[in-house]
Amino acid sequence: MHIHFIDPYRPLTSPIHLLDGRVKFVLAVSFILTASLTPAAAWPVYILLTALMLSVEILSGLGIGYVLKRSLLALPFALAAFPVIFTSGETAFFSFPIGSWTLTAHAEGLERFVSVMLKSWLSVQAAIVLASSTPFPELLQAMRAVGIPRLLVGMFGLMWRYLFVLVDEALRLMRARTARSGESAQAGTKAGGSILWQAHLTGGMAGNLFLRAFERSDRIYIAMLSRGYDGEARLLPLPPMKGASWGALVAGLALLGLLLSFGILLRG
Amino acid sequence: MMYSPVQPMHIPDGFLSTLVSVVFWGISVVAVAYALRRVGKDLGERQVPLMGVLAAAIFAGQMLNFSVTGGTSGHMLGAALATILLGPWAAVVVMTSVVSIQALIFQDGGLLALGANLFNMSVVGVTVSYFTYTSLRKLAGGKSWGVFAGGAAAAWFSIVVASLACALELALSGTSPANIAVPAMGGVHMLIGLGEVLITLGALAFLYAARRDLFHTGEPAPKGALVVWIFGLGSALALAVLSPLASAHPDGLEWVAGQAGFLAAVRPPLYNLFPNYTFPGISNTALATILAGLLGTVLVFGVALGAAYWRRKKRRGETPGRS
Repeated sequence: MHIHFIDPYRPLTSPIHLLDGRVKFVLAVSFILTASLTPAAAWPVYILLTALMLSVEILSGLGIGYVLKRSLLALPFALAAFPVIFTSGETAFFSFPIGSWTLTAHAEGLERFVSVMLKSWLSVQAAIVLASSTPFPELLQAMRAVGIPRLLVGMFGLMWRYLFVLVDEALRLMRARTARSGESAQAGTKAGGSILWQAHLTGGMAGNLFLRAFERSDRIYIAMLSRGYDGEARLLPLPPMKGASWGALVAGLALLGLLLSFGILLRG
Repeated sequence: MMYSPVQPMHIPDGFLSTLVSVVFWGISVVAVAYALRRVGKDLGERQVPLMGVLAAAIFAGQMLNFSVTGGTSGHMLGAALATILLGPWAAVVVMTSVVSIQALIFQDGGLLALGANLFNMSVVGVTVSYFTYTSLRKLAGGKSWGVFAGGAAAAWFSIVVASLACALELALSGTSPANIAVPAMGGVHMLIGLGEVLITLGALAFLYAARRDLFHTGEPAPKGALVVWIFGLGSALALAVLSPLASAHPDGLEWVAGQAGFLAAVRPPLYNLFPNYTFPGISNTALATILAGLLGTVLVFGVALGAAYWRRKKRRGETPGRS
């Protein structure tokens, strides 16, 4: 079994897929920044940002369903922001008794909570569209173009290349464990020994994986050395940006800037 | 099967205020850049292959899990193990690669929040691990229990202290009240930390038996290690003192911030930097608001229309016979 399917990239030929990776990267980060800077409770702006995001999702051919399903990943973190409903603001919104004490929700707190959730939801959608419509080498190119050190970009590239190999290895280790520790399909029967024993075993697997990676990196280094590697992370020169790409970048940034200034004028 | 993250410590975008995100980006960039230089000096040309493959290994290692009870499972983050085996500088670089790829490709943590996540997991996680591990090993002399006691303590403290940093960032952003976020985050991660301890101990036992040479017995500490040691001690102490203070006081962190005198720096939102912000040539704020709103709506409508039009055209192109 191979683990290619953890790669979120979907090869399609939509206008979003064809857009220069650097433009997409900068626009996605700007979109997230815009969502972050938009004041709480500037509802019209949130609606416009959502409409924009949904349009891009349709345009990308990924489908709204695909993106929304993946965007639920960040939902559990809502718990961290939930208490703010009850602790911030003065205007009592509603209150209900729990046992001997009452819990009062505040309008300002609720506004803040909903705004945080919307910001988070919009941002994660932008990140999903970016990762699903841009092949990894183009993302690396984009990172170089925005000035991330080439040493780090080289490491990311190598990590990506061997990620699938090592995840495969981890899956093989897990399959071997399942085969040997008598996992039963019967309900109620526990697999393997105690939790402590299982944890110890899993730790051994982690150590094993680490050791294999260590030795593999040695072999890779020697292979690279024999092909002329001298410590310099050599990458292809960045292709020049096309006029249309510049146009898309400027138009996108202008639209986001306009929406942001609308939000600030509305609530700031 | 889809890659499913189960780590409550990766902050998504939207939960941190812009100012907090930017400040932590700054701190992390400096720390990571310095670590990169140090690793480059120590490893030379071996740096890229070794760091890249080990980062992939930590990523894959985070998938190894064991079932605890009722559908929950224990797994590891790996900061402590990486620090023990690679030393502090390389561990910072490896954890940076792991956390960045998780955010960029798997949306496990936000992009704007990545600075804060890097700070929690690579900077705080690694320095605290280094501090606890080396201190306990020194205490044990050359005995082998020092490796295991140090490893266990490093695993637990790296998780708990990083989670406290995470809670304080949320409180500082006004997203989560400190008196709830700190005990909740800390409490949950005191339990999660136990899983990390067990797995790290298992890994150390295996590696100690198989490759004792990896533990650098009797080797002098790398240059600059004292800085990491002090930073680890400092961040552990600061978070241990700041967290109860922040959560005990009614106004939580705001009180601490006020006491420390950086309240003024945190409070005003970034956009207050432009008072009476208007469009060039339009002096009336209300008019500018309406204009910006109208223009924005029309443009977004245009994008949506374009998307719909493109879809229709494509569908027609796919099924030429029907219409």
